[in-house]
Amino acid sequence: MNVLPGFFFYLLSAIILGGAILTITRRNAVHSAIWLIVTLLGVAGIYLNQHAEFLAAVQVLVYIGGIMVLFLFVIMLVNLDEAAKQRQFNHQWTIAVGCALALMAELAYFIVKGRESFRFGDTGTGTLNPDAAVIEFLKSCRDIPGLGPGGFLQPNTELIACALYRDYLLPFEIASVLLLVAIVGAVVMAKKEI
Amino acid sequence: MPLQLPAAFQPYFWPTIFILIIILVFPLVAGYIVLLERKVMADIQVRLGPMRVGPHGLLQPIADAVKLLIKEDIIPANADKWVFWLAPVISVTAAFVSFSVIPFSDKFYITDVNIGLLFITAVSSVGILGIILGGWSSNSHYPLLGALRSAAQLVSYEVALGFALIGGLMVASTLSMQGIVKAQLDAGMWFVFYQPVACFIYVVAALAETNRAPFDMPEAESEIVAGYHTEYSGFRFSLYFLAEYSNIVVVSAIAVTLFFGGWLRPFPNVQALDFLRYTPIIAMIVLAGLSFMGAGRESRPPEKIGMAGLGIVCLMLAGLFAMPAVLTWIQGLFWFSLKVALCIYGFIWVRFTFPRYRYDQLMNIGWHWLIPLAIANVIVTGIVMVLKGS
Repeated sequence: MNVLPGFFFYLLSAIILGGAILTITRRNAVHSAIWLIVTLLGVAGIYLNQHAEFLAAVQVLVYIGGIMVLFLFVIMLVNLDEAAKQRQFNHQWTIAVGCALALMAELAYFIVKGRESFRFGDTGTGTLNPDAAVIEFLKSCRDIPGLGPGGFLQPNTELIACALYRDYLLPFEIASVLLLVAIVGAVVMAKKEI
Repeated sequence: MPLQLPAAFQPYFWPTIFILIIILVFPLVAGYIVLLERKVMADIQVRLGPMRVGPHGLLQPIADAVKLLIKEDIIPANADKWVFWLAPVISVTAAFVSFSVIPFSDKFYITDVNIGLLFITAVSSVGILGIILGGWSSNSHYPLLGALRSAAQLVSYEVALGFALIGGLMVASTLSMQGIVKAQLDAGMWFVFYQPVACFIYVVAALAETNRAPFDMPEAESEIVAGYHTEYSGFRFSLYFLAEYSNIVVVSAIAVTLFFGGWLRPFPNVQALDFLRYTPIIAMIVLAGLSFMGAGRESRPPEKIGMAGLGIVCLMLAGLFAMPAVLTWIQGLFWFSLKVALCIYGFIWVRFTFPRYRYDQLMNIGWHWLIPLAIANVIVTGIVMVLKGS
C-alpha cells in the first residue's frame, strides 16, 4: 500500500485550513490576500493529488493569476491604514457562537460516523479507466500517444473536454451565458454613459 | 547507467541532475543575456558597449554579479518587511519552476506532463504576484504605481496570450511540450506557417508579459524611476533581474516549441539535408576561428591570452561534438538553444527600435486589437479544421 497520496492529502489539507484561518484573522488586507493565495495553491495541490492535472493548472491560472491579482489591485487602491483601525467584529457574537457550536456538533457527528475513511488509504495508481465508448470517441478524434490502460500520459484534458463539450454541453453553455450576463451587468453599473 | 539506485528512485535520477544543472547554470546564462543585450544595444546605437572587463567585456556579467552581491541590502522605513522579503522570492521561484517542463531537447528535459503548456502559463501567472507585492510592500509611491500598472497590463495581455496559445494548440492537439514538437515532426511543418496570426499575437503579448519595451510601463524609467523595484537593492534586486531574464527565456522557449519546431533541425523530414546534423561542429570551429582572429587584434597580453583560450575551448568542444554519441545527444539541445537565442535577439532588437507606448495606447492595443484578433483567429482555425475534417 502506498501511503504517500494519503500523506499528501493530510499535508495539503493542513495547509489549506491553516491558510484559511490566517486569511480571516490577519488585520492587514494584503496579508489576508497572501494567505488566501496559499489556500488556493493548496486546493490546486489536492487536485494534483487526485490526478486531475488540468483542473489543478486551471485553478492556479484562474484563481491566483486572475482573481487574486485583481483582488490585490483593488486592495492597493484602498486606504489600508484606515481599514485596519476599524473594528473588525460586530456585536452579534452570541448568535455567531450558537451557529458555530451547531456546526461543530454537526462536523463532530460526521467525523465520528465516517472515522473509517481517515486511514492512510491508497487513492489508486492514477491510471484513468475511461469507458470503452469514450476511448473510441477519443481515438476517432486523433491518435493520442499512451492512451488506455498503462499509458504514460493520461488523457485528462481530453476527458474534461468530452464531458464539457459533449455530455454536458447545454449546462456548460448556460453557465457561460450566465457569466456573460454578469459581466454586462457589471459594465452597465460601472459606466455612467455607454 | 553506472550507478545502481533502488528501483523507486530510478525515474528521479536524471530529472534531479537536470534540475541541478539548470539551477546552477542559469544565473550565469542570465548574466550573459544581459551582456548580449548591452552589446546589441551598443551596436544599434553605434557604440562599443562594455569593453573593460575581460576581452570585449566578456567577464562583465561576473563583475556585475559580484557587485550586486556585495552591495548593501536596504529595506525602506515602514516597509512591510515580510512581504518585501517574500516578493522577489515568488518571482524567481515561479520563473524557475517554469523550466521544469521546457523541452530543451528530446533527451534533456526534466519532465513531460500532459498539461505542459498550461502548467507554464499557470506558473508564470503566479510570478505576477511577485511584482505586485514587491511594489506594494516598498511603502513608496513609484513602486506602487509600477505595481498597479503591471497588474492591469499583465491581466489584460494574459487573455490575448492565452487565445494565441489556443490557436497553436488546436493544430498541435496536445498540451504536452514534447508532444507539440512531435506533432510538428509528423506534420513536417513548423506551426508558424499554419498559425502566423497566433504567432504574431503571442510575440506581442509575450513582450508585454515580460515587461519588455515597448511595453515596459511597470518600470518606465522616464516616468516612475524604476517602477516596482525602485526600492530594491543588492541581492533582492538581482533576484528580480534573474526572474525577468528567466521569463524572457521561458517565453522564447514556448514560442520556439509551439511555433518554430522546438528542438527539431530545419526540414527534419528531408533526407537530403541530413548534413545539417554537423552544424554544431561547424559552429564551434567558426567560433574558434573568430576568437583566434580577435586574439590577433588585441593589444594587451592578458586579453590576447583570454581570447586565445576561448578559441581553444571552442576547438575542444568541436572535437567533443565530433564523437557520434555526443553529437546525437547535443543535436536537439543545439537547435533549441540556437532558436531561443535568435528569439531573444529579436526581443532585444524590438526594445531598441520601438519607443515606449503611452498607457492608454497600451490598453487600447490589448483590448481593442489583440484580443478580438486572437478570438477571430481561434474561430477561423476551428472552421478550417472542421472543413478539412481533421
